[in-house]
Amino acid sequence: MRRLTDALYPLTTLAVLLLAWEASVRLFDVPNYILPSLSQVGEALWRGYVEGEYWRHLGFTLTAMLWGYAIGSGVALVLGALVAEIRLVERFVFAFVVGLQSVPKVALAPLVIVWFGFGIESKVVLVALICFFPTFINVIAGFRSVDPAVVDMMHAFGASRRRILWEVKLPGAASSIIAGLQVGVVLGLIGAVVGEFIASTRGLGHLIQNAATNLDLGTVFGAIASLAAIGIIGTQLLRALQRRVVFWERGGRGGAASVVTEG
Amino acid sequence: MSLAAAVATPLPASAAVEFDAVRLTYRTATGVLPAIEEVSLAAAPGSFVSILGPSGCGKSTLLKIAAGLLPPSAGRVQLAGEVVRGPRRDVGIVFQQPTLLPWQTVLDNVLVPARSQGLDMRAARSRAMDLIALVGLAGFEKAYPHELSGGMQQRAGLARAFVHEPAVLLMDEPFAALDALNRERMALELLEFWSRSRRTVLFVTHGIQEAVFLSDRVVVLSNRPARVVEDIAIPLPRPRTLDTMLMPDFTLLCDRLRRNLFAASGAAGRA
Ligand SMILES: Nc1ncnc2c1ncn2[C@@H]1O[C@H](COP(=O)(O)OP(=O)(O)O)[C@@H](O)[C@H]1O
Ligand SMILES: [Mg+2]
Repeated sequence: MRRLTDALYPLTTLAVLLLAWEASVRLFDVPNYILPSLSQVGEALWRGYVEGEYWRHLGFTLTAMLWGYAIGSGVALVLGALVAEIRLVERFVFAFVVGLQSVPKVALAPLVIVWFGFGIESKVVLVALICFFPTFINVIAGFRSVDPAVVDMMHAFGASRRRILWEVKLPGAASSIIAGLQVGVVLGLIGAVVGEFIASTRGLGHLIQNAATNLDLGTVFGAIASLAAIGIIGTQLLRALQRRVVFWERGGRGGAASVVTEG
Repeated sequence: MSLAAAVATPLPASAAVEFDAVRLTYRTATGVLPAIEEVSLAAAPGSFVSILGPSGCGKSTLLKIAAGLLPPSAGRVQLAGEVVRGPRRDVGIVFQQPTLLPWQTVLDNVLVPARSQGLDMRAARSRAMDLIALVGLAGFEKAYPHELSGGMQQRAGLARAFVHEPAVLLMDEPFAALDALNRERMALELLEFWSRSRRTVLFVTHGIQEAVFLSDRVVVLSNRPARVVEDIAIPLPRPRTLDTMLMPDFTLLCDRLRRNLFAASGAAGRA
């Protein structure tokens, strides 16, 4: 119930913005190749999703996103854990990976297209490449944030390294890891769209570029809204995961600690 | 339930702990830091020995060495006649901070040593339940650490140190985080518990009265780098109660230790 009313405030802001948009388009007679009216965007969305044209684009982007995200985040988890846990791996890998991080990954997009083709593979690779870094860095930071006194305690009671990894380091790093995964959603989406901009015959990015070339801004905004929806849903899913997994970082187990009032 | 009544099970023999010319120097980014100049001391099996010293003098370091978490730079520690080379199953530790795992319940936290050492979990669980009741946490087995007060967390840490029935207990200022009242209560309970189980206890503290009240012997350390300034027996009769603190001998012993501690820490003790 509380969550519902909480959502009301940003939704109000959204409604005001949309109204202002519609009003200014009508008042100032803005041509629709500069800014379409809301109804035109709605119409484009309706056509897209009810008549079905958008679905294959959405499906393409989503598929690229999911695969790339799973691969990039999975590799980040494993490699991050190895770097944090094994000194030798850290020495060989860490500086290299951090150096790569400062390369804008988007600049690699044309190269990735050349290597992996116009199909979905190149988009998967781009998404994986981009969403790898935030998770990788956060895994390492998370592992390093674990209280050494707790690790000492586990050692003192005879725990193996493996047990310490599973019972202490992973849960201790969970919050930081999920935060990295959250950033990864948004960045990964950028990777997918950029890949589709450069060379693709499908995907929401392709749809945007195509429609923009034809000055069909209704469709452009429709596709952007679809991308925003993917990003918001993904982020919210991870927030929910955060709340479930890292329950000890809040007041109580079922949310903020509640007080029982009597009388 | 009284603390002592619950300790009905026969207990394993306790073991002697001996520090033999132990030295330790930390290597830091800025150079070397001698923490322990040279410490030799021995705790007989079943005795309660307190290590008293100003803060930062190397008390925790000393316990870490005994726990096998830190190799000494020179010298050695022997436990039950064996040189300590790493963490041992027959040692239980209580740390200054509770060091509980926030994502595990009190029961699971108390069971950490049992799980880590692959003990029979059925037996360990029932022992853990007894110990949790013993430290006054009955009903909180399924609670998470963040739902407990600091004192309750420290009690859970105490129960954890006993769950694998160690022969030697290392306690690093276990009551430092408690308020004065709880501190005295816990000291009394610990004493009652110890008098039944008679495990060897090495108890680190900077509380003079606490050390005298609890111990058979008190070892006073100097400022860092630590060396033994004094090693005295506490011949007060047992069982000790709150009345013990009113005995003239108690006051005399405290006074003597206080003077030594003042001298050792370089502060001016009034004559
Ligand atoms: N891991 C470490 N590295 C470097 N110096 C340390 C380390 N642990 C403790 N020290 C230093 O060693 C000295 C003794 O520390 P400690 O044994 O914790 O003292 P105490 O427990 O008596 O307060 C302190 O000066 C502390 O700063
Ligand atoms: Mg200390």
